[in-house]
Amino acid sequence: MTHAAFIYGSYALTVAGLVGTVAWSFAAMRRAEASTRDRRR
Amino acid sequence: MHRFANPARFLRFARVLTPLLTVAGLLTTAIGLWIGLFASPPDYQQGDSVRIMYVHVPAAWLASGGYLGVAIASAVALVWRHPLAAVAARAIAPVGALFTAICLVTGSLWGRPTWGTYWVWDARLTSMLVLLFLYLGYLALANAEDERGGEAGRGSAILALVGVVNLPIIKFSVEWWHTLHQGPSITLTKSAIAPSMLLPLMISLAGFTLVFGGVVLMRMRAALARTRATARSLRLAEAYA
Repeated sequence: MTHAAFIYGSYALTVAGLVGTVAWSFAAMRRAEASTRDRRR
Repeated sequence: MHRFANPARFLRFARVLTPLLTVAGLLTTAIGLWIGLFASPPDYQQGDSVRIMYVHVPAAWLASGGYLGVAIASAVALVWRHPLAAVAARAIAPVGALFTAICLVTGSLWGRPTWGTYWVWDARLTSMLVLLFLYLGYLALANAEDERGGEAGRGSAILALVGVVNLPIIKFSVEWWHTLHQGPSITLTKSAIAPSMLLPLMISLAGFTLVFGGVVLMRMRAALARTRATARSLRLAEAYA
């Protein structure tokens, strides 16, 4: 059995999870902070 | 610690730390995974599939560590009623759940070439699955409490504290039941892992931890901004009423 598919699959899933959660959380933070600034005006 | 418990002071501190932790974490993770994939040796028994360890093990440690963080923050929120602790618990939980899911999936992908199966009802695997359910239960309850706007997260905090009983079960499952999952390779005092494999593992762990911290700070900042926006809207509504 070749192990490459399992190894690359694990790394791809992990990287997608990490980058995805960073991007999603960053977008949510920017949106929330922009909304607070807008209401202050 | 109490110095940072003031939301305004915390925000000043978090604005500096968020990009530092996130960028340093992503870079460190990239280095750790690159070494794990291309520069570390294969294992004499498992061959190349041991490379899955560099994503699986840090994810597993942060899954448990994250839940401990949720429980500690929940205890602080329950005892001292500090709103920042409740915000921290809610910010840590989804990130911990993500790392638990990564741990379970990568463990399953490691199990197929190593054990010949994606899943067995082994004590370690089952207790990690229970941890994922605890995270999901906590998140569902916390969201329901936020929507209802009642007592500040008491039910979810109690659930988080009750769920702590699963952490020693996860830790000692491989010693108490001797099922399929291997025993601990690293303890506080010694390591059975070769230095050439320990280095990428530690680099990955450092990277994952920094990313975890950066994402938690982002989620806390978002939650605090939403709270301030809601409070401002309510004040405006009262002024015009």
